[in-house]
Amino acid sequence: MAEMGKTVICQLIDTEAIPLGNPMYIPQQAGPLQLTELANRFLNNKEKLPYAFYVSGEELLVPVGTYIEKRRVSVEKTLTIVYRQQAVFRTRPVYRISASIAGHQDAVLCISFSPDGKQLASGSGDTTVRLWDLNTQTPMFTCKGHRSWVMAIAWSPDGKHLVSGGKAGEICCWKPKTGELDGSPLKGHKKWVTSISWEPVHLNYPCRRFVTSSKDGDARIWDISLKKSVTCLSGHTLGVTCVKWGGEGFIYTGSQDRTIKMWDVTHEGALCLKAQLKGHGLWVNSLALSTEYVLRTGAFDHTGKQYSSPEEVKKAALKRYDQAKGKCGERLVSGSDDMRMILWEQSVSDQPKMHLFGHQKLVNHVSFSPNGQWIASASFDNSVRIWDGITGVFITTLQGHVGPVYQISWSPDSRMLLSGSKDSTLKIWDIGGRKLKHDLPGHADEVYAVDWSPDGESVASGGNDKCLKLWVG
Amino acid sequence: LTLPENVSLSLPPTSVSPSDRYEVTMPQGDYIEQHRKRHGYRLDHFERKRKKEAREVHRHSKRAQESLGIKGKMIAKKNYAEKAEMKKTFRKHEESFERRKADENVQEGAVPAYLLDREPTNRAKVLSNTIKQKRKEKAGKWEVPLPKVRPVAEDEMFRVIRSGKRKTKQWKRMVTKATFVGPGFTRKPPKYERFIRPSGLRFTKAHVTHPELKCTFCLEIIGVKKNPNGPMYTSLGVMTRGTIVEVNVSELGLVTPGGKVVWGKYAQVTNNPENDGCINAVLLV
Repeated sequence: MAEMGKTVICQLIDTEAIPLGNPMYIPQQAGPLQLTELANRFLNNKEKLPYAFYVSGEELLVPVGTYIEKRRVSVEKTLTIVYRQQAVFRTRPVYRISASIAGHQDAVLCISFSPDGKQLASGSGDTTVRLWDLNTQTPMFTCKGHRSWVMAIAWSPDGKHLVSGGKAGEICCWKPKTGELDGSPLKGHKKWVTSISWEPVHLNYPCRRFVTSSKDGDARIWDISLKKSVTCLSGHTLGVTCVKWGGEGFIYTGSQDRTIKMWDVTHEGALCLKAQLKGHGLWVNSLALSTEYVLRTGAFDHTGKQYSSPEEVKKAALKRYDQAKGKCGERLVSGSDDMRMILWEQSVSDQPKMHLFGHQKLVNHVSFSPNGQWIASASFDNSVRIWDGITGVFITTLQGHVGPVYQISWSPDSRMLLSGSKDSTLKIWDIGGRKLKHDLPGHADEVYAVDWSPDGESVASGGNDKCLKLWVG
Repeated sequence: LTLPENVSLSLPPTSVSPSDRYEVTMPQGDYIEQHRKRHGYRLDHFERKRKKEAREVHRHSKRAQESLGIKGKMIAKKNYAEKAEMKKTFRKHEESFERRKADENVQEGAVPAYLLDREPTNRAKVLSNTIKQKRKEKAGKWEVPLPKVRPVAEDEMFRVIRSGKRKTKQWKRMVTKATFVGPGFTRKPPKYERFIRPSGLRFTKAHVTHPELKCTFCLEIIGVKKNPNGPMYTSLGVMTRGTIVEVNVSELGLVTPGGKVVWGKYAQVTNNPENDGCINAVLLV
């Protein structure tokens, strides 16, 4: 026994509590690297994938022995180590402004990178949508067509269409290559558009349909090639604050009437209300799906591969979606004014799976990490909280902002989180170490919108100071 | 021989119709009507009527211009009311002819969708004018809301405290104005302390108003920076009207362009704290 050195019994389990192999003796000098090798061996991975290991919620960065000594864990008991697969690629953290581009005449309200990360669009209170050139970091096109503030903006998952919704309820479709208005503004909504979501690529390629939600209480499905509203999903009694098109073909709408409705939309457009998710006491502010990142980027991933035929694109998107879905299916988290968030697992039941308490003020924005393993929530109590994406267990609070946190955005490798706040700073948080990585000051006024490009190269942020800032690592 | 009724003859007819044999008394207008029915109108009746109505406008105008006193005023008032009414109807008619696009002006103050429907919170602007601040520092002159204050005399500021067995020693003084002593303050031994700052007049918090947001916060005082009455009062921590104090503004959430959080700012006292029992100040931005 003395020759073997000190050992400890460990059991590797994955995030869904399925054990990997049997409990075994592991020397105490073993660190994350050795455990990675073990995990790869057990899973029979052809290429070595990186893993992160967590013991009771905390990441294991030091050899097992050091950890045991620090925490005074008994050697007699089996140590359960949860392993999570990490993204193969690593995103570089951003820490400096590369460009501060003026151009908008009024506050920048929404920002979105295209799914391949090559184009950037922003909507503003001066009624224009502007497309920016990322290579030269200068304005490329100014798209005029809205009559009022541009409230929401969304790229289609294949990157070919850009759609924006305005305060007067009109929807404008743009051609990203030329910056021209595609057709005329689509009318249908009576009050302002709150959010836009496209149909996933693996359900329908080329991308044609998208759903928009509005303050007037209904969500409409539009077809971009027919240029009209295909269906109207009415049923909410107050304004709809957010809408998401899920990977199974369901549409989730969250509203100020405290309910989330789930709609089943078949291909022809016939719809039915599938379920109504009740549980919140006040307005539902934000919805997030665990597969959201994959649905937004479609067939594009970090390899930057281009596909030639529609079938290939659909297949690649479907593969990515299945991987993101995992074994537990698509999960939904909703954040509300009543300071709580609820984790729903719709495939299992209509009842909330878990209530996520903890925030002191209303929750403004919730987001799943791209790998679906974490949930981040931004709240008006100046903090960002991280929760486990599968069980909903609280992990940590990230304090640092001095004003309400408005929006958050994950890095593509899920290792970093970006948050923009009313106090005019952006902060980058390291999820593994659960602390602040970089502080990004520079805006002169509140930051309204942030986005991390899907290829991880840059971060864009815009706010009340009318300036769009690009940050690089 | 019966004649049609609307044909007029030069001679009045002699015959009296049987219907009015028994109607000798009729209202006046009826006689006129009766005559018109029987004999018709004068040949130039309609012409004269038209011309008279046309002249009516001039008559009205002449009357309005030449009337004196209250009568003139009443006519003028009625005329004005009619004119205003007419203008309104004209404008209404004009509008309906053109088909104009409902041109809602783009409003100011664009906010994203998640902030609409929420009450606008007071937004303390970020200190974006570092250039302005640097310029001010160079000049050495700070713009304060109260540039001049009434000087406070020493006998108003201090009260003489007699001490000693026969109460003849008069070297102690008690401060009669509001003071700030700081959290780690301990009195000097009573035998040696010359200036007494009574605890009833010690304040730790001030009601500070942000001049742009127009809202008042109750903030902790960090220290007294300058009392315009003299350096001695500054060192004692006396706060009178016009004193510059430093307050803790961390609850306002101000951030410098460099990303640092601001937690102390200067404010100037605007009231007489010894009279009111509280310190009101204006933040110097």
